[in-house]
Amino acid sequence: MELNQLTIHELQKKLKNSETTSVEITEAVFKRIEAVDDKIHSFVTLMKDEAFEEAREADKEIQRGNGGPLTGIPIALKDIMCTKGTRTTCGSHILENFIPPYDSTVVKRLRDAGAVFIGKTNMDEFAMGSSTETSYFGVTKNPWDLEKIPGGSSGGSAAAVAADQCIASLGSDTGGSIRQPAALCGIVGMKPTYGRVSRFGLVAFASSLDQIGPFTKDVEDCAIMLNAIAGYDPNDSTSVHADIPDYTEYVSKSIEGWTVGIPKEYFIEGIDPEVLSAVEAAIKEVEHMGAQCKEISLPHSEYCVAIYYVIAPSEASSNLARYDGVRYGFRSDAGRDLMDMYKMSRSAGFGDEVKRRIMIGTHALSSGYYDAYYKKASQVRTLLRKDFDEAFRTCDAILTPSTPTPAFNIGEKMDDPLQMYLCDVFTISCNLAGIPGISVPCGYTEAGLPIGVQFLTGHFEEGKLIQIASAYEKNATLERRRATI
Amino acid sequence: MIAECLYIEEDTVLKITKEEVEHVAHLARLNLREDEKEKFTSQLNDILLYMEILNKVDTTGVEPMTHAITLHNAFREDVTKESIGRDLALGNAPDEMGDCFRVPKIIE
Repeated sequence: MELNQLTIHELQKKLKNSETTSVEITEAVFKRIEAVDDKIHSFVTLMKDEAFEEAREADKEIQRGNGGPLTGIPIALKDIMCTKGTRTTCGSHILENFIPPYDSTVVKRLRDAGAVFIGKTNMDEFAMGSSTETSYFGVTKNPWDLEKIPGGSSGGSAAAVAADQCIASLGSDTGGSIRQPAALCGIVGMKPTYGRVSRFGLVAFASSLDQIGPFTKDVEDCAIMLNAIAGYDPNDSTSVHADIPDYTEYVSKSIEGWTVGIPKEYFIEGIDPEVLSAVEAAIKEVEHMGAQCKEISLPHSEYCVAIYYVIAPSEASSNLARYDGVRYGFRSDAGRDLMDMYKMSRSAGFGDEVKRRIMIGTHALSSGYYDAYYKKASQVRTLLRKDFDEAFRTCDAILTPSTPTPAFNIGEKMDDPLQMYLCDVFTISCNLAGIPGISVPCGYTEAGLPIGVQFLTGHFEEGKLIQIASAYEKNATLERRRATI
Repeated sequence: MIAECLYIEEDTVLKITKEEVEHVAHLARLNLREDEKEKFTSQLNDILLYMEILNKVDTTGVEPMTHAITLHNAFREDVTKESIGRDLALGNAPDEMGDCFRVPKIIE
């Protein structure tokens, strides 16, 4: 095994025992990037010089005996998190040359933990998409099959981990943008509880739904990453004052005696048969581990896509009003006056999908339509959340497919926005309810594409989420494969 | 569920007209080309029709949800803290003059 193929916890042992150095690991990672990124296009911006500087610094810390779990580990960041001095594009022409004057809180925390940042990863423009095809900087390909999409919107971060171009990465998840690409790229991806991780310095898409989380090669690494990024931040008033346990303590714990809910609304006609059989096999495995799986109902599930596509674009239309060509971002020179400049800058700066969502949101919030769309959707959202509250009264966790299908072809859904929106049908409810969710690999299609199973738990129960995901990962009889690229 | 999601009610009434699309574009400070207006009118109609599904739910007396978790007002002491400074604040400006952002003319 090459160094870049290993996990955080495996590398940490090697670093501690002086079997390798952060510089060597970083070299392996960049060698891999240079070999395959032409084909995959996981990255928008590489941070090679800074990375080696940080790696040398990390090696000194380790020699002094000061290293923590992430010291010297090469990490990739979705290009939606502000990095001081390194451009942050959000996959958009409008932010093509934006150099943040500060670090986002997650970046600062990982920096303080000694991580080595290797680059910024590609994403759907402003995180609006499920395939990483709407990026201004080109499409990212799935490392398992270059004809397929990697999922989105955090497709670059998922592909980079799956192709061993980094050890772990961060993404953001507004309606499934971590869990869906994790499933389609055969890796682990978690969206923490809303409020668990600070959003300060995360370019805002839909502020009541956005949350940052890790992509990793296994569940133990997920716990290590979560330990580093979770916690209250005075710069994000929606981040929560709550004790943060050591999430690694939940790794390898038994789930004997647990009750796991299987929501019948997630197993209806339309799921790809290979996905269905892999997830059904996962249910049996979980039962083998001593948990009781029982059918439950989340009656408002069928409304989640409609709720989401009112609320997320509404919040986005407001958040994206800041791109006016005045303080930062692209400005068109052709505008005759201020209004003209606003319109020309925004029209040239945003891509199609972003414009479409701004239009939906502006319409939904406009005079005369607010009650019919935004208020109605927010009311049904309350009912959806109650479904989950009810379910978690009797269940320790919920198990569902992560996605209705495996990775689809590049270009397949680009002309039909509604079809694209339905890719998130199993992941959206988690954001609407604010609960944490994780996708873990659970098998492969005959064509060799990965399939993911999703676990959900109650608010702030990431520990239990790690516990069931780790129990499943360690005990299920699963064939383990690496992306073929 | 997916089959259900794809079900779009027969509805001859347009959810949004081309004129409304033009109005919304102005509110959103976007210029749309003629072909974009046509495309967005048709796509927004499909999407807004799909959202009709929400009308199946009786929401009488249901509180609209604003956040996923219970949030409390985040008060803090009113103390002066260091800010990022003028140079950095202006560092990404497309146009600036002196200590200010410069914009095209506002009034005739």
